[in-house]
Amino acid sequence: MNIMTEQSLENAVGEKMSAKSNEVIKMRGDKVGVFYGEKQALFDVNLDVRLNQVTALIGPSGCGKSTFLRCLNRMNDTIDSARVTGKITLDEEDIYDKSIDVVELRARVGMVFQKPNPFPKSIYENVAYGPRIHGLAKRKADMDQVVESSLKKAAIWNEVKDRLQEPGTGLSGGQQQRLCIARAIAVSPEVILMDEPCSALDPIATARVEELIDELRQNYTIVIVTHSMQQAARVSQRTAMFHLGYLVEEGATDKMFTNPDDQRTQDYITGRFG
Amino acid sequence: MSSLLVLAIVIAIGVVAFFIGRQRAAAHDNGAVKPHSRAHYHGWWAFLLAVLPAVLLLAVWTIGSSFYLDRHIRAALPERTADSKVASEALDVSLVKSLAKGLRKLDADTALPATFAELQPPLAAKGVALASDTQDYMIPIAVEANAVQSRLGLFGAVITLALSIAGAFYALRQIAPRARARNNVEKLMLWGLLAASTIAILTTVGIVLSMLFQTITFFESVSPMGFFFGTVWDPRFAAAGSGGSQGQFGLIPLLAGTLYIALVALVVAVPVGLMSAVYMAEYASPRVRSVVKPALELLAGIPTIVYGIFAVVTLGPFLRDLSAALTGGSPFIQGQSIFTAGLVMGIMLIPVVSSLSDDIITAVPRAMRDGSLGLGATRSETIKRVILPAALPGIVGAILLTASRAIGETMIVVLAAGVAANLTVNPFEAMTTITVKIVNQLTGDLEFNSPQTLVAFALGLTLFVLTLVMNIVALYIVRKYREQYE
Repeated sequence: MNIMTEQSLENAVGEKMSAKSNEVIKMRGDKVGVFYGEKQALFDVNLDVRLNQVTALIGPSGCGKSTFLRCLNRMNDTIDSARVTGKITLDEEDIYDKSIDVVELRARVGMVFQKPNPFPKSIYENVAYGPRIHGLAKRKADMDQVVESSLKKAAIWNEVKDRLQEPGTGLSGGQQQRLCIARAIAVSPEVILMDEPCSALDPIATARVEELIDELRQNYTIVIVTHSMQQAARVSQRTAMFHLGYLVEEGATDKMFTNPDDQRTQDYITGRFG
Repeated sequence: MSSLLVLAIVIAIGVVAFFIGRQRAAAHDNGAVKPHSRAHYHGWWAFLLAVLPAVLLLAVWTIGSSFYLDRHIRAALPERTADSKVASEALDVSLVKSLAKGLRKLDADTALPATFAELQPPLAAKGVALASDTQDYMIPIAVEANAVQSRLGLFGAVITLALSIAGAFYALRQIAPRARARNNVEKLMLWGLLAASTIAILTTVGIVLSMLFQTITFFESVSPMGFFFGTVWDPRFAAAGSGGSQGQFGLIPLLAGTLYIALVALVVAVPVGLMSAVYMAEYASPRVRSVVKPALELLAGIPTIVYGIFAVVTLGPFLRDLSAALTGGSPFIQGQSIFTAGLVMGIMLIPVVSSLSDDIITAVPRAMRDGSLGLGATRSETIKRVILPAALPGIVGAILLTASRAIGETMIVVLAAGVAANLTVNPFEAMTTITVKIVNQLTGDLEFNSPQTLVAFALGLTLFVLTLVMNIVALYIVRKYREQYE
């Protein structure tokens, strides 16, 4: 049994080997630490996010992987007690610098959340929300274009094209999550952060979203937090393992899943803890 | 024996029954059969059976014997004739009753004087004051009434206590390992809760019915068309009772005034309250919130008459003088005006709007905020485009609830809006409201069955229906909104 599982895991990883792309650093975390009040949740994390690759953050619950993800577009700012130390750069620019406008940053680094959270508006308005706020499409025809292409990129266009005016909350869970991805894409971000995007979805919807993530990699840089080892192996090129607020190990996904350096990573991916 | 003493004894019996019952049931705890109910349920069941039927009987007996006593006194009184010294039979009866009450305080062994004039000094010495038209013939009747009453009281006490003891024994005899005392107690609890909730509903029905009957009497002398569609309010107090001219009771000026003032109040309260709710829910740090929110709610705790005094003593004259200074001559804002009343009422309603909306805004899931902020929307864009639209049905409901409070508000408008039933669109003139007229029509010494007084009930019923409809619509909207996030 075990041998079979490892075999299939290696196959999945093997496919990724051929898909190795250029190694430009898109985002870089340098000694990142996060405090919630007095309590430190993240310690000295050094992690690079490479352009047009999918970086998976794995680790047991409460290990700090979501916290790190939320630092990348400064969503931690919305939590009053949170404080971030160290340095995070986007294209060599410090995103916590005073000269950086957080609103602009979030338009460049979009986010998809764990639970699908469409606004209580129509499907069309959900996608048009971001472009409208940032003034990306002046005319109605342009907006239609943006909405259509975003929904197409999110692989949901065929399912919703006849009911764009119906509420987004009426879609199924998997469709809602793809709608949220379309909503994030609509502002043309450079990086998309995904916080366990499939944890509220059934296996079929999960497969659709995973497929989508792989397609999106062509145009976007993606960072994904996941609890599923198989998912990390299937969709990511690089994997970072977190444990108790520390970055344990980071490297190419195939190496991480076949020959990790750290014993804790070995234990986690083989299911001995976590 | 007084009812209170009987009640105390009944409760004492119940307490004893509780302890005995609990102890007896506990004895079964280690028996071969597993007990159905825990021991204290048996105790409670014994308590309830000892107390409830007995108390009910006592209540019925007390009410019944008071009726019986009334009839007894009435039968003993001499036939009423044209030259009776007491105005009415009801007054006769109540005089006898208070005399009887006074006599009970006198020492039993002293001989009773036969005339009221002789009786008065010893009674006064005991601190009993009696009306001066108490007649001599009432004294024997009062003595007889006292005897009847004490017999009734004694008999009632005996049967109540007997019932209580019987109930306790019945419950105690029932105790057995498989006896379902728990189910019995639960069933009684259910009935108790049902009774409590029925009281509120029955009271409402009672209020509506009492207003309805008076209203029907009112419509016997004034046509409904003239009331609901009349544009002139002129009840002619001076002519009341003299017959012939009845005055005009047009609802329109009052309704217009009510709605106008409520509108002004809402124009003040809704934007301010809503914005303070948004600040409180979205921007304020926990520390600021913990200070500002209670302070705002303090505003809701001020009695409305204080607002009214503020309006009529401070704000009204201030606005009048201000407007006089602005025109350099005659003031265009009157001392009592729609504007003043609406403004003060609006201030009173700010905490209502803000606290209701605050709850609704906080109820919008965090995921909505995160979703919007994550797309690069600013805080105010998030509020404007996501949170407020999502909370809108709830906010509309909150505004309707506030509006019905504004319509029903009385003290502020009594003081600040004036009593003149005008029909005007100028907010700086005085107008009056339905509530003000209800107060006006019911104060004074008019006969209660004149249309001048009865119109208050028609007004009250109109007001009731108005606010009821608004509350129903508001609750419907709020409930619909709640379902959205479940």
